[in-house]
Amino acid sequence: MEEKKATKKKSPTSKVKMNVVEKKKEVKVVEEKEYNAEIIETNEKPTSFENVNEVSNIESTDDSDVTNLKKENEETSTNEEEKETYKEMSPIRLILRRFFRSKLSIVGLVIIVFLFVFSFLGPTMYNSKTREQFGFGWDETEVDRSPVVEIVENPYTYTDPEGVEIEVIQQVEIHKSINDKAAPSWIHPLGTDDKGMDVFARLMYGGRISLMIGFIVVILETVLGVIIGGISGYFGKWVDQVIMRIVDIFNCIPTLPILLIASAVLDSWNVPGSMRIYYLMIIITIFGWSGTARMVRGQILSLREQEYMTATEVMGLPTWRKIFKHLIPNVMPQLIVSMTLGLGSVILYESTLSYLGLGVQVPYAAWGTMIATSNDPVVLSYHMNMWLPAGFMIVLAVLGFNFVGDGLRDAMDPKAKK
Amino acid sequence: MTPFWGIMFKYILKRILISIVVLLGVSIIIYTLVRMMPNDYVDIKFASQLQSGSITQADVDAFKELYGIGDKSFKGIVSGYFNWLGNLCKGNLGLSFKYEKSVASVISENMWVSFAIALIATILQFLIAIPLGVSSATHQYSARDYIVTVLTMIGISLPTYFFGAIVIKIFSVDLGWFPSNGLIDASATYPNTFAGFMSKLGDMAHHLVLPIFVSVLLSIGGLMRYTRTNTLEVLNADYIRTARAKGLSERKVIYTHAFRNTMIPLVTLLAGILPSLFGGMMITEQVFGIDGIGRLAYNALKDGDIPFVMGYNMFLAVLTVIGTLFSDIMYSVVDPRVKLGK
Repeated sequence: MEEKKATKKKSPTSKVKMNVVEKKKEVKVVEEKEYNAEIIETNEKPTSFENVNEVSNIESTDDSDVTNLKKENEETSTNEEEKETYKEMSPIRLILRRFFRSKLSIVGLVIIVFLFVFSFLGPTMYNSKTREQFGFGWDETEVDRSPVVEIVENPYTYTDPEGVEIEVIQQVEIHKSINDKAAPSWIHPLGTDDKGMDVFARLMYGGRISLMIGFIVVILETVLGVIIGGISGYFGKWVDQVIMRIVDIFNCIPTLPILLIASAVLDSWNVPGSMRIYYLMIIITIFGWSGTARMVRGQILSLREQEYMTATEVMGLPTWRKIFKHLIPNVMPQLIVSMTLGLGSVILYESTLSYLGLGVQVPYAAWGTMIATSNDPVVLSYHMNMWLPAGFMIVLAVLGFNFVGDGLRDAMDPKAKK
Repeated sequence: MTPFWGIMFKYILKRILISIVVLLGVSIIIYTLVRMMPNDYVDIKFASQLQSGSITQADVDAFKELYGIGDKSFKGIVSGYFNWLGNLCKGNLGLSFKYEKSVASVISENMWVSFAIALIATILQFLIAIPLGVSSATHQYSARDYIVTVLTMIGISLPTYFFGAIVIKIFSVDLGWFPSNGLIDASATYPNTFAGFMSKLGDMAHHLVLPIFVSVLLSIGGLMRYTRTNTLEVLNADYIRTARAKGLSERKVIYTHAFRNTMIPLVTLLAGILPSLFGGMMITEQVFGIDGIGRLAYNALKDGDIPFVMGYNMFLAVLTVIGTLFSDIMYSVVDPRVKLGK
């Protein structure tokens, strides 16, 4: 057995043989079917050592005693079973299997689920109504108006005429009508900000903004990119030339400066604060779709030359059907990967705009604006609860989407490396 | 002229012609948006005088005419654009409202601080990221690979201003090792001698440690992952198997046979490096209070300094175009298998 393993690891031919052997054997052992299908699928590309190990493990269990039991029965029905194996392992399940094999993508998924629960379900369990009932919870823009008495001690030392040093401590009572810049406590888990609003509640609402902008912008960008890139790649010739020059134009515009200019233009339109995020979405989409369009076009250019496209031509299918039924689904893997990875960068752009005061405006919460409070040196050093959590949330969100995107790329598209 | 250079010359000529069209499109979009910005330079400048009554609204309007930004209608913007374009053809980017100098001289005077930071940061970035990428590819799925991947991914995910704030808090406020703001000590004066110059340079270096640290750490991730995927791809190639079959040592396989082929796709990165090398880093310079070109552009943008914002953005766009062209050409020079596109 040891010898066998060693030879398998080295030469691909013995692997193929092994598959044939296995196909006959494994049918009755239910869990092993999945492995088998996957091996068949991955057979063409260089298999990593991991896979081979798994295979040899399966075989060793096979060899032990299970296989000998019904060997004859199976051999007669091999062909049917083979078909079934392919059917049972749909491409989506294959992708999911490969996706969940990577630890990082699971971590990413957990992070994203957590963020969604935190920012969309969180406020339903943590608001001013729950405070009346259970004693905790604040609203997004609710100011804590409980009066606070703060005692500040100022020590003075002076020497009296007889040369004795006297220290006087002056106690100043400051009565504040707003409980602002409070330290973390049971009432405010992460304290309050400079306007007396609860940081924890704002963190959840900020998450809503970031996730919503991220998802909607990426979906809009993809739709726009697929339509424009699809047209460009499918029709080619002068259509392609014109569209690609437009894509080039948007590609050359420096992103951050133009986003700053565009959001400054929003100010002159007097957009109300609650509507502002929708305009932001549109702006980020307008200056972000070109990458997707370029990618879709490149894919379609190469797919167009494939034989199955000639077949659709022969069958006389209408153009829209060729594009949307036969070309776009084949671009989907790359699209989904670039969407997930794009989510992270959209969230970063949104938070940067908010940080510079051009995104979501106070009193509405956004992670970027929360970090912007650190521009005040006092807040930077003494009230870290006001800005540190928001930054961690941004990192978590971007990291989560990057992990998932990477996992999806490896799972969906093992051949494309870029 | 060999055929290769003949093709190359034609190709470059064609690309340059296309680039001019593209840049025209870029300038139209940016100009339109800049003119729609609410923060009008003249309004901001004369707001206090207008309030105190020392000048009248009519004077302000006259000034606006003088600056060429009075007419905000469609026609005004169009004529303003052609005015700008005409000046550009004469090689004149216009006068910056805010800095009261020609845009070209403001850019060329302040570019070098940003360039120095970016150059050092880019070199460090390459020196750190490429070995990390190669080693995590050769140890794929090992603990080292996971740690490097996770750490660099965190680097990509950090927003600049947030990481800047943390770094300032730790190294500047708490530990007091590095200054948090500016390029030289505000209180210090340096004699106009060689020694004075050297100590001034040292002071600048001291101030630049944190910004460089931040920008290196944030950009390592992308390059490292790029190197890693490329190395993995190369390591799966047939000629690597051949090299191993010949009995070459693993070191020789990786560093002589694989590494050089790994470098080919890195050439495409040139396209991205060029604008970031000369264009400055808006956010980093803003956070650390360095008067590089990025910060000047940000302030100009806030004050509605139209000529400077236009000049800066076009400068970046031209750099992007050149970078892309350059990387395409380099690609075909470095890798003879690649043919120049039609």
